[in-house]
Amino acid sequence: MMMITILNNLILLQTLAPIPRDIDLPLPLNEAGLKIILVILFLVHILFVNLMVGGSLLSVIFEMLGLNHKKYDALGKKITETITVNKSLAVVLGVGPLLCINLAYTVHFYSANALTGYGWISIIPLVILAFLLAYLHKYTWPLWKDKNKTFHIIVGALAAFLFLCIPLIFLANINLMLFPEKWPEVSGFFSSLRIGNVFPRYFHFLTATVALTGLFLAGWFGRKGYPVETNLPAFTRLELRKLFFKVAFYATIAQLAFGPLLLFTLPFPGISLALIIVILSGVTLAITVLFYLRRMIRRPEINFGRNYVALIFIFTVVVAAMGTGRHLYRETSLEPHKALIASESERFHSILLATQMRIEAGLGAGEAMGAQLTGEKVFVNCAACHAVNKVLAAPSLVEVYSLYKDNPEGIVTWAKAPGKKRPEFAPMPSFAHLGDEKLRLVADYIIEKGAENTPTTDDSSQ
Amino acid sequence: MDFPQFFLDFFGNRLLIAVIASIHIFINHPLAVGAYPLVTLLEWWGRRTNNPEWDNLAYRITFVLFIVTTTVGALTGVGIWFTTALIAPFGIGSLLRVFFWAWFTEWLVFISEVVFIMIYFLTWKRWAEGNLKKLHLGFGVFLSAFSCLTMVIIVAVLGFMMDSGSWPVTKSFFSAVANPLYLPQLAFRTTYSMMLAGLLAWFLIFFFTKKRTDFRRRTVRFAATWSLAWAIPFIPAALWYWKQAPETMLANVNVALLTQRFMNWHETLAVIMIATVGAIILVTVIGVIRPRLIPGVVLLIPFVLGVWLLGHFERVREFIRKPYIIADYMYSNGVRVEEMPVFQRDGILPYATFVKHHNVTSANKIEAGKDVFLVTCSRCHTTSGINNIVSKFNNLYGPEPWDETALKAFVSTMHVTRTYMPPFPGNDKEAEAMIAYFRELQNNKELILGAQARWSPKAINGNQPTGNP
Repeated sequence: MMMITILNNLILLQTLAPIPRDIDLPLPLNEAGLKIILVILFLVHILFVNLMVGGSLLSVIFEMLGLNHKKYDALGKKITETITVNKSLAVVLGVGPLLCINLAYTVHFYSANALTGYGWISIIPLVILAFLLAYLHKYTWPLWKDKNKTFHIIVGALAAFLFLCIPLIFLANINLMLFPEKWPEVSGFFSSLRIGNVFPRYFHFLTATVALTGLFLAGWFGRKGYPVETNLPAFTRLELRKLFFKVAFYATIAQLAFGPLLLFTLPFPGISLALIIVILSGVTLAITVLFYLRRMIRRPEINFGRNYVALIFIFTVVVAAMGTGRHLYRETSLEPHKALIASESERFHSILLATQMRIEAGLGAGEAMGAQLTGEKVFVNCAACHAVNKVLAAPSLVEVYSLYKDNPEGIVTWAKAPGKKRPEFAPMPSFAHLGDEKLRLVADYIIEKGAENTPTTDDSSQ
Repeated sequence: MDFPQFFLDFFGNRLLIAVIASIHIFINHPLAVGAYPLVTLLEWWGRRTNNPEWDNLAYRITFVLFIVTTTVGALTGVGIWFTTALIAPFGIGSLLRVFFWAWFTEWLVFISEVVFIMIYFLTWKRWAEGNLKKLHLGFGVFLSAFSCLTMVIIVAVLGFMMDSGSWPVTKSFFSAVANPLYLPQLAFRTTYSMMLAGLLAWFLIFFFTKKRTDFRRRTVRFAATWSLAWAIPFIPAALWYWKQAPETMLANVNVALLTQRFMNWHETLAVIMIATVGAIILVTVIGVIRPRLIPGVVLLIPFVLGVWLLGHFERVREFIRKPYIIADYMYSNGVRVEEMPVFQRDGILPYATFVKHHNVTSANKIEAGKDVFLVTCSRCHTTSGINNIVSKFNNLYGPEPWDETALKAFVSTMHVTRTYMPPFPGNDKEAEAMIAYFRELQNNKELILGAQARWSPKAINGNQPTGNP
C-alpha cells in the first residue's frame, strides 16, 4: 500500500513538477555539514524571532490590561525594552541560515521566492516599518499618556500585527518549496497559502512563540539580579515568576492541540518513520516540561536557578527535536525531486561537454567555422540598420555608395568614429572594435552592392 | 536562468535592486562606517575635557544613528539578498557558491557589529563613570572597527563582479578576491564615508545644541575639521580609483562603443568628484575659520553632491560589468558563456523549464516568442516601461511597422553593435518567434505578468522540456 502511494507520488512528481537544473558550481562545503549548520543556525535565529514576536504581543496585551490595573502598564513597558535587542538579533542571526538555505536548497528556495514574489520582497519594508513602530512604541511610552494612550496602544498593536504577519510570509515560502508538483498552481503569496498545511504550521509557531517568551520573561524578571523593587514596584519577584510560567504553561498546553493538528495535516510524501520517532520523543519531553512548569508555578521560590536551567535544557532538547523533525520532513519530501534535478543537471552538463568538444574539434556548434571571411559576412553587423535599397534605420547602401563611391576608405573612417549628421536617424554606434581589416572588406562590399543597384546613365557598364 | 521568472514589467527588475541597494549604501556609508568613529571621538573628547555637554551631544547623535542603522540600514542590507534572490537567482546563487566563506565571515562580523551597537548605545547612561566609561569607549572603538570591516569584506565581492581576475580558470576564492579594483575602491569608499559623516554630524549639531552658544561654535568647528581632514586623503583615493578603473575595465572589454560610453561616464565621474570635494573643502574651511557663518541648509549642497557622486559611482560600476553579471562567466540574463553555443544551436526553450512552450511552432509563434523574451531579455528590459523594447525599436526604426529582416539582423548582431548586451542565446526559429512577438507588441501593448502574479499553469502538463529537439 505504502509502496503504491510512493510510486504514485513519483509519477505525480514527474508529470506535474517542473524539473529545473541546479547551478553548475560545486557547493563550498559538503552537503551534510551545510544542512547541520543550517538546522542549528535556524533554531538560534527562530529563538530570537519568537522572543521578538512574543514580546511585542505580550507588551501590548499588558498595556491594554494596564488600562484597568496600572501595574500591568509598567510591566508592558519593561517587556518593550527587551524587544530592542531581541529584534536586532533576530534579523542579524537570520542571515546565516538564509545563506545556508540558499545553498542547500537553491532551486527550491529561489523558486518559492519567485512564486511568492511580492509577498517575499514586502518582508523588507514590513520589517522596517515594524521596527520603527516598535521604537516609537518604546520611546513614546512615558510621553503619550491619558488622552493619547489609545493612540499609543494602536502603535504597539500595529507593530505586533506586523510582527505576526512577517513569519507567515517566510513560512509560506518554506512550505511552498516542499511541493514542486504544486508550483504550476501557484501565482503569488496568497495562492501559496492553499498549498500544504501552512496554517497549522503557523499556529504551532505562534503558540511556541508565546511559550518561549513566557519562559524567557520568567527568567528575565524572575532572576535574582533583576531590580524588581525599582523597576516594577507593584510586583514581587515571585509573582512575576508565577505569571510568566503560567503563560508558558498554557501555551505549551495549547501546543498539545496544535502539534497533532500540524502532524496530521502534513501531506504524506515527507512522512517517515524517523520523523515519527523524533517528533514523539519531542512530545514526551514537552510533557515533562509541563510537569516542571506546574511545579514551578506552585513553588516558584524553591531552587529557582537550578530548576530554570534544567527547564531550559529540556526545552532546548524539545526544540532541537522539533527542528530535526522539520528537517527530516523536508529531506524526505524533496528527495525524489532532488534526484530528478540532479539527473537533469547531469544530462545538461554532458550536452555542454559534448558541444564544447565539437567546437574544440573545429566542428562548430552551429555557425560555419574557419570559412573565408568576406565583406558580405561582416555586413551582417550592419544589416539591422542598412539595407541595399530601402531605408531601415539609416541610409541605404545605394545612398552610401553615392556618397563614398570614390572614397571607400571614408566608410572605414566613419565606421570607426561615427558622428551624428541626420536628425531623422538615431546615432550610429562605433564599429572600431571590428578592426580595419573587416571594415575594409565591408566598405568594398557596400560599394559593390551600391553600384549594382544604382540605375546608371553610363552606357559602358551595360 | 532556470528559475521561475519574477518580473516587474513597467518598473523593471533593475529598479527594485537599485532602490534597495542605493538606500543601503547612502545610509551605511556615512552613518555606519563614517559616523561611529566620529561619535566615539566626541565621547572621548568629552571625557578628556570632563565636559558632559560633549558626551551628551555624542549620545544624541548616536541615538539617531542607532535608530536609522538598526532599521532601514540593516534591513536594506538584508534586502539585497531578498531582491537578488528574485531578480537574479542564477547570479547570486553562483556568487554564493564562490564566496560563501567570505559572506559567512562577513556575517559573523555583522553580528558583532550589531551586538556592539546594542552595547554601545544601550549602556551609555549606565556605564558613565571610571573604568566602565573606559570600557564603553572601548566598545565605541570595536563598533567603528567592525562597521568598517563589513565593508572591507563586501567590497571584495563587488570588485569580483567587475573583474573576475583569474577566477574563471582557477575557481579559487583568493584569486577572486585579489582583483585589481579592490584596494582603490575600498580607499575611495572609506574616505568618502568619513568625509560625509562629518557633514552629517554638523547637520545634527543644529538640532542638538543651542543657538549662538560657544558650545555650538566649538562642535561645528570639530565636525568641519573632521570632514576637512578626510577630504584630503579622499583626493588621492578618488584619483587612484579613477585612474585604475579604466585600466582594469577597458583591458577586459576592449570595445570602442563601450569604451566611449564608459569614458563619457567616467569623465562625468571626475566632474562630480571634483565638485563634491571642492564643495566640501569650501564649506569645511569656512566652518573651521568662521563656524557661525554656515547655516544648516548650505550643508545640503555638499551632501547632495556626495549622494550624487556615490550614485554615479555605483552606476558606472554596474555598467562596466556588462554584458556580464559575473565577468567572463555569466551574462546578465543568467546564460553562462559556455552554454551559449548549445542554446544557439538547439534553442533555449527546450532547456527552459519555466516557460509555456518548449518548441516554436507556427501555431504558438507569438506566445513562444514571448517566452523567449521573458527568459532572455526580461532581466533588463520591459515591454512598456523602463528600458522597454517598443520605444527602443521605435527610436531606431520609427513608429511604422518594423521590418522583419532588420529586426532579425538586429537580434543576431546586437552584441556587436551594442556591446553591453549579451549575444542572443537562442536559435533562428526562436529569434523569429521573438520578433513576431515584438511586432505584435508594437501594435498591441500587453504587460507580462511575472511568476509572482501569473505563471503559465498548464505549461508543465505533458510538456516536459526535452533537451534535445
